[in-house]
Amino acid sequence: MNVLNEVNINFLSKSSNEGFARSAVSAFVLCLDPTISELADIKTAVSEAVTNCIVHAYPDTHGTIYINIKITEQNKIIIKIRDKGVGIEDVKQAIQPLFTTSNDERAGLGFAVMQSFMDSIKVRSKTGVGTTVIMEKTIIRTGYDKR
Amino acid sequence: MVETKYIDDVLTAKIYGEIDHHRAQSIRTKIDAQTQMHKPKELQLDFSNVSFMDSSGIGLIMGRYRQVSLLGGSLKVVNVPQGLKKIIMLSGIDSLGVLK
Ligand SMILES: Nc1ncnc2c1ncn2[C@@H]1O[C@H](COP(=O)(O)OP(=O)(O)O)[C@@H](O)[C@H]1O
Ligand SMILES: [Mg+2]
Repeated sequence: MNVLNEVNINFLSKSSNEGFARSAVSAFVLCLDPTISELADIKTAVSEAVTNCIVHAYPDTHGTIYINIKITEQNKIIIKIRDKGVGIEDVKQAIQPLFTTSNDERAGLGFAVMQSFMDSIKVRSKTGVGTTVIMEKTIIRTGYDKR
Repeated sequence: MVETKYIDDVLTAKIYGEIDHHRAQSIRTKIDAQTQMHKPKELQLDFSNVSFMDSSGIGLIMGRYRQVSLLGGSLKVVNVPQGLKKIIMLSGIDSLGVLK
């Protein structure tokens, strides 16, 4: 895998940072000239993963959220979002649409959104250690080619 | 963030900007206070000025649906921008018959 560009963003799991996180990711991938809808898909998926860290991974504390974004050849974006929070006991169950462990008006659709808005998603988790979500999306160039 | 008006038994809440988990909290508080006060026959959530939403927006809609239903009213979600249709359709809330 040939990495053309890469960035790391670490920040505290405060809900006010949800907007910052998706804007930062969006700003970084703009160089690929994505369409408005591709960009909206990425922002929405990032918002879901980051919100999960804030709401579920660090329920009673503020921990650090780690985002790593890589751009590789063929316009592929790889976004890794990691926390050192409580972890997920049963990942298979957690990613089912409508499954939620929260009663605070969560829709249980975060993973479903990540799955359908990105090309692929992988979830690794260990209770007491944390969770890593890796999502990929290839930007189909419909606009002009900058190179 | 939210502008509300109450005319002829209809409470309209016009939401501005982005709906995520952070912003949903204050939007919800404001709409629920007005809903409790007026007990409207219909609550209309106007999405024309919503520029972004994630599944927290779905939670917001579902929660207001429950809230207004408990008071005997109905919910309508109006003026959903094209860019938000994908997440709205994925959520299945159109099966509640609230979309207009
Ligand atoms: N980073 C995380 N750390 C711990 N638990 C998580 C994390 N992400 C998701 N979960 C678990 O997976 C469930 C489903 O997540 P999701 O599909 O986003 O729905 P929601 O956030 O609405 O509950 C959550 O309710 C939670 O139990
Ligand atoms: Mg979620």
